[in-house]
Amino acid sequence: MSTTVLAKAVNAGLRRALERDDKVLLMGEDIGPLGGVFRVTDGLQKDFGPDRVVDTPLAESGIIGTAIGLAMAGYRPVCEIQFDGFIFPAYDQITTQLAKLTYRSCGDLSMPVVIRVPYGGGIGAVEHHSESPEALFAHTAGLRIVSPATAADGYTMIQQAIASPDPVLFLEPKARYWEKGEADLDAEVDLGADALTTGLHSARTVRPGRDLTLVGYGPAVRTMLTAAEVAAQEGHELEVIDLRSISPIDFGAVEASVARTGRLVVVHEAPVFFGPGAEIAARVAERCFYSLEAPVLRVGGYHTPYPASANEEAYLPGLDRVLDAVDRALAY
Amino acid sequence: MTEPLTALAGSHEAEPGTVQLLDPRGRRVEEPTYSPLVADLDAEALRTMYRDMVVTRTFDNTATALQRQGELGLWPPSLGQEGAQVGSAHALSARDFVFPAYREHGVARVRGLDLGELLPVFRGVRHGGWDPAAHNFNIYTFVIGAHTLHAVGYALGIQRDGDVGTGDPARDRAAVVYFGDGATSQGDTNEALVFAASNNAPVVFFLQNNHWAISVPTTTQSRVPLVQRGSGFGIPSVRVDGNDVLACYAVTRAALERAHSGSGPTFIEAVTYRMGAHTTSDDPTRYRDRAEEDLWRERDPIARMRAHLREEGLADDAFLADVEDEAHAVADAARSYCRGLEAAPTGAMFDHVYTADHPLVAAERAEAEAFEAAFEETR
Ligand SMILES: Cc1ncc(C[n+]2csc(CCOP(=O)(O)OP(=O)(O)O)c2C)c(N)n1
Repeated sequence: MSTTVLAKAVNAGLRRALERDDKVLLMGEDIGPLGGVFRVTDGLQKDFGPDRVVDTPLAESGIIGTAIGLAMAGYRPVCEIQFDGFIFPAYDQITTQLAKLTYRSCGDLSMPVVIRVPYGGGIGAVEHHSESPEALFAHTAGLRIVSPATAADGYTMIQQAIASPDPVLFLEPKARYWEKGEADLDAEVDLGADALTTGLHSARTVRPGRDLTLVGYGPAVRTMLTAAEVAAQEGHELEVIDLRSISPIDFGAVEASVARTGRLVVVHEAPVFFGPGAEIAARVAERCFYSLEAPVLRVGGYHTPYPASANEEAYLPGLDRVLDAVDRALAY
Repeated sequence: MTEPLTALAGSHEAEPGTVQLLDPRGRRVEEPTYSPLVADLDAEALRTMYRDMVVTRTFDNTATALQRQGELGLWPPSLGQEGAQVGSAHALSARDFVFPAYREHGVARVRGLDLGELLPVFRGVRHGGWDPAAHNFNIYTFVIGAHTLHAVGYALGIQRDGDVGTGDPARDRAAVVYFGDGATSQGDTNEALVFAASNNAPVVFFLQNNHWAISVPTTTQSRVPLVQRGSGFGIPSVRVDGNDVLACYAVTRAALERAHSGSGPTFIEAVTYRMGAHTTSDDPTRYRDRAEEDLWRERDPIARMRAHLREEGLADDAFLADVEDEAHAVADAARSYCRGLEAAPTGAMFDHVYTADHPLVAAERAEAEAFEAAFEETR
């Protein structure tokens, strides 16, 4: 174990995948000599060459569309979309083709394509550089959607995503790229069938507690942990669950926790309206009705475009808004 | 996989087939088609072009400095591209509508925007900031290539309104879209070319090939000179020395005359160079070398025009000093305007999501404002 940051951990995971399987190739805008705008692919083109780490033309539909063809030819493309807001030119290829080809071919085709997307806000960027479009993709069957919140998960989950026979949308919380955490970047990652399905999609309890459950993923995990620390000073024991996966969602872990705490607050940066929290709240209402002491509350983005960065603090589910929801839930 | 860039390299002459009216030493080059289009530019017009380039550059340098001082979140410099922008923009009439990408500060200047108006977007206080109709200059577009289609659509509107081919200069108009070499790879841009060609739309595609799409050279976007993209779609296309303000004026003027007359779209490739970083977040030393930048420094569009004005006796020391003064005044005004720009109150975030009332937005606005107020009280 040593201390590293999420960006470096994903870089190490990509390096391992490139070493392990020469069918793995990285493609995207500016991922070569520049190392990507967030430097996540730093040094990889130098070591693996421009045929394995490919600077593509500036065309997102082109990137995903050709990745589909490469996958059909036996390759495992790992595509980088430079920023969340630029995935939309590729939306058609992702939702109408990539997500559905296995189904349409009755399983004859598999689509081992990974789409890495730095996502989420809080970095003071201009428009289209801070969005959380996960709900739009979660509504499409055929995609797996995950988001590592820590360096350790960045390292293991990227390797599991690349080994997955299904397409994986790999959402990297860009505001957390430079956060430190423990990770063993020499460890062999379990790539067995279970690891690629259940393992990749299992939630993790990152802080146990008995009074209320906080559920979120990606950038929200750090916020939830801080909220739990603050609440602890006031004598409330909050349980914090990092979902790690948005499609599928590990409802078992959420239900087990709510059965114990009786209260649930869901946190994500995506807009609340029709967002991932709506799905979680509905399922919990269905399955944990008799355990609930309070309605499930959601904290997230508003029904506005992601605002200019001077206002993003008010838009994002920050510590104060999370604590406010916690207080409201505890008040029942 | 990518080859070193060779376009225009190692020579001061324009490549064959590239329109040039002013060589890098500032001497006029005779060109049968385009020289006549600059013949009626009088001394004042030439001096104004120079002034616009210098003001743009000084403002641009100030904006870069503002970013370094933490006053702006980001800035995309137009350094080196002033000739292409100012030259082309001077060919436009007030009735023509401009669709810029996000680096067209020189075009904004010529369209009459107060350059400070460009800053709120990059300071993060709002997403746009100026009324597109005020100067027929649309707000900046950050999704590469998306606006090429908007320009074509606007041109189709002009066509339906019968504002082309009337022969009445007060009526005929066109749309002009600015985009980069990287943008030529996007599906949207290619679809825009299809729609423009098949509808004979009154639109001018003004491509600034500044040789780099962030870290990716033009050779990754295209194996042939980009000017051929236009002709491949059946659109008359011309390549111009983008650091020659007069040639950029002339080719754009010709393209607009075509559009205004109802003869359809034109594709212009202005070959220029981004002298600075892509944006203030970029590190060009990772992907290009100093020698390449030095080569282009010798072709600087402003130095070239200054040499020309000097040689023609159109710019004395007093004129040059006056231009410097104006440039600094504009930059200083923009600087203080920028420093005074503050975040809007939280509620403003909910303005303009829809034009008419929307219950969800109203409820969330109330919720956010109540939270803010309660939070302020308990603080
Ligand atoms: C659809 C989309 N993909 C990616 C980006 C990120 N990005 C911003 S500018 C840029 C390069 C643009 O190059 P070019 O079109 O040549 O214009 P230039 O910046 O050189 O003027 C990229 C990749 C974006 N803004 N939009």
